Amino acid sequence: MRRAALIAVPYFWLLVLFLVPFIIVFKISLSDAALAIPPYTPTLRDGIAAMFAEFDFENFVFLTEDDLYWKAYLSSLRIALLSTFLTLLVGYPIAYGMARAPEEWRPTLMMLVILPFWTSFLIRVYAWMGILSNEGLLNQLLIWLGLIGEPLQMLNTNFAVYVGIVYTYLPFMILPIYAALDRMDGSLIEAAEDLGCSRLQAFWLVTIPLSRNGIIAGSFLVFIPALGEFVIPSLLGGSGTLMIGKVLWEEFFNNRDWPVASAVAVILLLILVIPIVLFQRNQQKQAEAEQ
Amino acid sequence: MRRLSWFNVTSLTLGFAFLYLPMVILIIYSFNASKLVTVWAGFSTRWYGELIQNEAFLDAAWVTLKVAVISSTLATVLGTMAAYTLVRGGRFFGRTLFSGMIYAPLVMPEVITGLSLLLLFIGIGLDRGVLTIVLAHTTFSMCYVSVVVSSRLISFDRSLEEAALDLGASPFDAFRLVTLPIIAPAVISGWLLAFTLSLDDLVIASFTAGPSATTLPIKIFSAVRLGVSPEINALSTIMIAIVTVGVLTASLVSKRASLRQQQDAQAAERATG
Amino acid sequence: MSQNVFAPWDDPNAKPLIRFQNVTKRFGEFVAIDDLTLDIFEQEFFALLGPSGCGKTTMMRMLAGFENISAGRIELSGQDIGKVPPNKRAVNMMFQSYALFPHLSVWENIAFGLKRDRKSKEQIDARVAEMLKLTRLEKFAHRKPHQISGGQRQRVALARSLAKAPKLLLLDEPLGALDKKLRQDTQFELMDIQEQTGTTFVIVTHDQEEAMTVASRVAVMDEGRIIQVATPSAIYEYPNSVYVADFIGDVNIIEGKAKPAGEELFHLEWAEGRAPVKAASQQPFSEGQTAHLAIRPEKIRISTEKPEEAVNLFEGKVLDIAYLGNLSTYHVELPSGQVIKAQTANTRRLARRDITWEDPVWISWSATAGVMLDR
Repeated sequence: MRRAALIAVPYFWLLVLFLVPFIIVFKISLSDAALAIPPYTPTLRDGIAAMFAEFDFENFVFLTEDDLYWKAYLSSLRIALLSTFLTLLVGYPIAYGMARAPEEWRPTLMMLVILPFWTSFLIRVYAWMGILSNEGLLNQLLIWLGLIGEPLQMLNTNFAVYVGIVYTYLPFMILPIYAALDRMDGSLIEAAEDLGCSRLQAFWLVTIPLSRNGIIAGSFLVFIPALGEFVIPSLLGGSGTLMIGKVLWEEFFNNRDWPVASAVAVILLLILVIPIVLFQRNQQKQAEAEQ
Repeated sequence: MRRLSWFNVTSLTLGFAFLYLPMVILIIYSFNASKLVTVWAGFSTRWYGELIQNEAFLDAAWVTLKVAVISSTLATVLGTMAAYTLVRGGRFFGRTLFSGMIYAPLVMPEVITGLSLLLLFIGIGLDRGVLTIVLAHTTFSMCYVSVVVSSRLISFDRSLEEAALDLGASPFDAFRLVTLPIIAPAVISGWLLAFTLSLDDLVIASFTAGPSATTLPIKIFSAVRLGVSPEINALSTIMIAIVTVGVLTASLVSKRASLRQQQDAQAAERATG
Repeated sequence: MSQNVFAPWDDPNAKPLIRFQNVTKRFGEFVAIDDLTLDIFEQEFFALLGPSGCGKTTMMRMLAGFENISAGRIELSGQDIGKVPPNKRAVNMMFQSYALFPHLSVWENIAFGLKRDRKSKEQIDARVAEMLKLTRLEKFAHRKPHQISGGQRQRVALARSLAKAPKLLLLDEPLGALDKKLRQDTQFELMDIQEQTGTTFVIVTHDQEEAMTVASRVAVMDEGRIIQVATPSAIYEYPNSVYVADFIGDVNIIEGKAKPAGEELFHLEWAEGRAPVKAASQQPFSEGQTAHLAIRPEKIRISTEKPEEAVNLFEGKVLDIAYLGNLSTYHVELPSGQVIKAQTANTRRLARRDITWEDPVWISWSATAGVMLDR
């Protein structure tokens, strides 16, 4: 009896507040926009039967006709992919350095990586606004060095979005790679060198393959949230920065077109299913390998 | 142990500089006397003074704190139950769906979670305010709590619970007297995680907050959209300081506990030779 | 049989404390316990012995109430305990990992079960003190489990499981985590405590030496079945199968065809053109039946000179010598290629090392030295 209650309470909570809302999003993506509150028909108040009676794919047709949307999807994919790659380039040497650091430093280094994660995401993004703006510190520094004559436009560009994503998601990349490198037996490198590898060859042939799972996990952990990112493109990106999270937000809050916003969400979800399933499979394989 | 090569030293230095410099700069400029945020005009705590007098910010901070405490506590209870069910529940109807619903919010874009919850609240005619934000935050942070707690439960030696049952404890007593005290650190980290997630959340709160309740991140976001402001610098500094002190204390406490445990173990070794 | 020998299993009127009746346990397709029937008597020190995966731990967990049985019936003092949950059974268990509660002190660990019975404070204090004394842990009462040594932890686990004075105490590999020297001391300690408290002990172990040392009876298990239940000496001297003979101690197995040669005497044709092995057996074998002669190495004599009278006498050469300090084991290869192990005690300090590698030697044994087995 107690066991049933133990299962039922969180189960019911998630059904009502997670699954049902999804069904509603899916449903509304198939309804018509209306000038009312809520601005779509038919509503839940018209009865469940009525809601499901009038399926209508015109919002999805609309998404394919207006090139804003598929451009936003493509651009989100491109930005997420490229910034994942950049995060890997920045994160790997840090994780590597941490794994090679003396034993007694490692807990401190770990904490230094985790600490930013506990600080507000919004504040960390905001910190870059002051650095990247036209009168910002970076431009001042570059002018002072004599590298440029006038301020570069960095804030409100895709460049700033890349910086923002790399900066905020860096811990997600470092931690799994560090975990993989930390587990690695140091004598493997010595064995490779003993068998005639140069340092660099040993790195390529032993270290990289053995940290592969960490690299994959870290990349998914950056790629998946970056794809639906809203705060970074809206604070650091410009009007030309198209990301689907931002489009959804604007469709909802500015245009008040709920059915289209819902349709955008449904498609974003469909796109995300692929990396999520791949990620899950990678994690499972790793868990099995460890057993 | 090989000494750190200069390559590793460089990558660590540059890496941590990249992680910390932006925040350090933000903190320095919060003490700037000038309204122009990029020009240094001497040290001043002026913006902290103005911040304290800003009623709108204080109200929002109060709402945020209230939401965070309630939602993280609820999320900890629900998340621990869910973790226990997942790890110890055995088979039950809809188990796959349940574990799917636990893991999905972790990878769900916030815009989608926010949108879907808002549509639900409107659909059932619930007015948006503190209650709706609490419901929304509890829902996604209970999933984080359950992941943290279940990873502890998986490594938990099950024979401890069996020993309690064997000695005559009812299943509930076994949980209360044995399991809970041992997994307490994970439950506490889960609560802290849920609390921080709630404090930080902008997107989901924006969807589910109504005119009657605004949270601090929403306030900061609308202020920041217009550009850098010294007041926000001051506010950010305070928030960074609180988090830093909190995390440092937590890690010191756990480090001392593990150190003591090590010493005890060594003493035990010596005592028996 | 004399009266002061403890052997209730030989008494047809004795009532068993535990009775397994055709018990079967399945995990999905896998049969962990296969139609098993067994009686265990009061005050016994009973050992379940077998390789890992033989079902011995499953049997113990069924007694404790952590596994349901798929078929059959388990009785404790004549009552079916199949439906009784673990926290309502008068059975306590000492776990392999000890399962000491890490957040509670030694004293609180021992008191845990007593508190569940809502005993008065005085009763609890007295009983815990008694247990601490029994296990010589008085000095450590207020330490936490991680502040004491492995051997002390083992004693805390024992004290905790004995505190409620259970009818039956289950011990799952109780000494597995201790090093060899400590294990031997602790074996005798366990036997003392068992005798003092008069509790029935059922111990699960994969260590045959441990089972032989502590137990009044040993059950040798394999693949969910009990192969033989008997006293340690009976198991060693009269194994009922090659499996048991091989599992317990060191043994030579000579396989051949039996041929009756007088009253309870057989010839074993084991190699073409060689003299048959003569062996006594109470179990009858028909002419030409396959039989295995199991013979312990210490029952085989080895000498450099041909002994005068010997029932079974063979010549061979020394292949290997294992010097164990108190004993030496010689591996002797016969001309047929068969290798026979012979063991002698090194009773003299400066052993005359008159036997060395490649030496031709004679090995001999009597007709009653071995056991003839049909499987």
